[in-house]
Amino acid sequence: MDTLTRKRPRHSPMARLSRMQQDGKLTTILFFLPPALVLFTIFVIWPIINAAHLSFFKWSGYGEVTNFVGMQNYQRLVGHSVFHQSMWNSLKLVLASILIQIPLALAMALLIYRKTTVNTAFRLIFFAPYILAEIATGLIWSFIFDGDYGVSGQIATALGIEPIYILADRQYAFMAIITVIVWKYFGYHMMIFIAALQAVPSDLIEAADIDGAGPWQKVFYVKLPLIAHAIKLSAFFAIIGALQVFDIIIPLTNGGPSNSTHSIVSYLYTYGLAQLNVGYGSAVGVVLFILCLVSAFGYRRLALTKGDVL
Amino acid sequence: MTRSGFFPALLRAAVLSIVAGIVILPLLSTFLGGFKTMGELRSSPFGIPAIWDLSTYSDILFSPLFWTYMRNSLVVSLSAVVLTLLSASMAAYVFAQIRFFGSRYIQSYLLLGLMFPFATAIVPLFIQIRDLNLLDNPLGIILPQTAFSMAFAVVLLRSFFQQLPKELFEAAYVDGCGYIGFFFRFTLPLSTPILATVGTFVFVQSWNNYLLPLVVLNDRSLYTWPLGIMQFRGEFLIEWNKILAFVSLTILPALIFFTFTQKYIVAGLTRGSVKG
Repeated sequence: MDTLTRKRPRHSPMARLSRMQQDGKLTTILFFLPPALVLFTIFVIWPIINAAHLSFFKWSGYGEVTNFVGMQNYQRLVGHSVFHQSMWNSLKLVLASILIQIPLALAMALLIYRKTTVNTAFRLIFFAPYILAEIATGLIWSFIFDGDYGVSGQIATALGIEPIYILADRQYAFMAIITVIVWKYFGYHMMIFIAALQAVPSDLIEAADIDGAGPWQKVFYVKLPLIAHAIKLSAFFAIIGALQVFDIIIPLTNGGPSNSTHSIVSYLYTYGLAQLNVGYGSAVGVVLFILCLVSAFGYRRLALTKGDVL
Repeated sequence: MTRSGFFPALLRAAVLSIVAGIVILPLLSTFLGGFKTMGELRSSPFGIPAIWDLSTYSDILFSPLFWTYMRNSLVVSLSAVVLTLLSASMAAYVFAQIRFFGSRYIQSYLLLGLMFPFATAIVPLFIQIRDLNLLDNPLGIILPQTAFSMAFAVVLLRSFFQQLPKELFEAAYVDGCGYIGFFFRFTLPLSTPILATVGTFVFVQSWNNYLLPLVVLNDRSLYTWPLGIMQFRGEFLIEWNKILAFVSLTILPALIFFTFTQKYIVAGLTRGSVKG
């Protein structure tokens, strides 16, 4: 507590420690900090450090780690066409997010950000897919896209043509995945924008009204500039999200057809973990880690230069 | 935009209804699909069932495996919530209430956890869990999930604790209440809104998690529901009515839970994103 510590004269470290002990501060620190720190270190930090270490070895997960292979895992990764595809897919997800998902979320947020009963109902509906488990979402949409039963089956029957199996088609499978991801997450981005729009001071809108601004002018010259930080944050979340996609791909395509729809994580799972190539999986993990780090720092720079903070 | 006339209002209503339709239709057809026979599902995947066949739903509801999956998931998620709330709020309390050497470093250390998803280290994490003998053990999911929620939980809790009135602690301190006593008697009871927010978030994440249980659990009797549902799908590959019924029964509690807790979910999601 500020007021209690300020009066205290400076003492030697030992004296400070014993003073802390009298307050019961030391006991509190010693009892309260370790659970969080120990769990965090064992299950978050240590595996990350270990990933960096193991990525230089070829190891099946059993026995001693002795087979040092240098950069071999990374070289294999850089040369693997399926990995290129998974990186490209992640990039496509980011682009889809920025070009489709965020504009859609913004439009919906602008339409329903005011607090009315009807708006609240729409808000709940649009946000509901975000709550669903990715696995359940993937299963639902694999039914919708099923050539025999779902939408494409229905359309094909109506047109009297052969059914198209969207998820088994190299050309369309990833577009289908993008559709599902936009469906599931646009409500999440919309919520961020709604919160930001509600925080826009109403006198600014009124001032624009008095100046005779039309609805579109108000959107583009008042509202959007005022929620720019939320849009940036949202784009950042979209990037981090695109790097993490996994659960949703497994029930939809499981990375197929012919490995064309892998995300980085599903690639990591298929080539690193499922086959217990510990070194190789760790190398993919390290690359993913660096991508996350770069986007986090990139975001901070971008946000900080404009005077916002995360 | 709504005040400017009839046509814009109509357009607005039309746009909103179309988007809402696209969101609801897949969910509705999943729910209805569970009542249909395979033949009807094929001829009319999105319509109202001609005959409401209850047998698919009841078969699942009477199968003990379904309840095993649900119970396992509930045990895992609730444990992760309790453990996260307890350990994170204790740590956050220390950061908010006590000034000591190293506090900043420890906080920055924990903040590292905000930066990456646990997929990055899933392979070494698997080795770690195995070496701790926690494979095929619910703790092998609960503890890592708690650890990965820690950074986010500590950040939210700390900023809330810092906003509690300082005078309260001073008064309690004069009355002989120590730091630990104050935490349990005042800080926690005063922090129920933020505890609910963090708890709901951790719960949803844990309940929906697939990758970690997939890696940790082999024994079918320990499966959480996402693993169970994928297993079920593997068995009834194209019997869509069974799969849709199973999906409906697992997402229904989630949607009900959501309608009651959306206030907290939205709070957790927008906190920190509004002011930047």
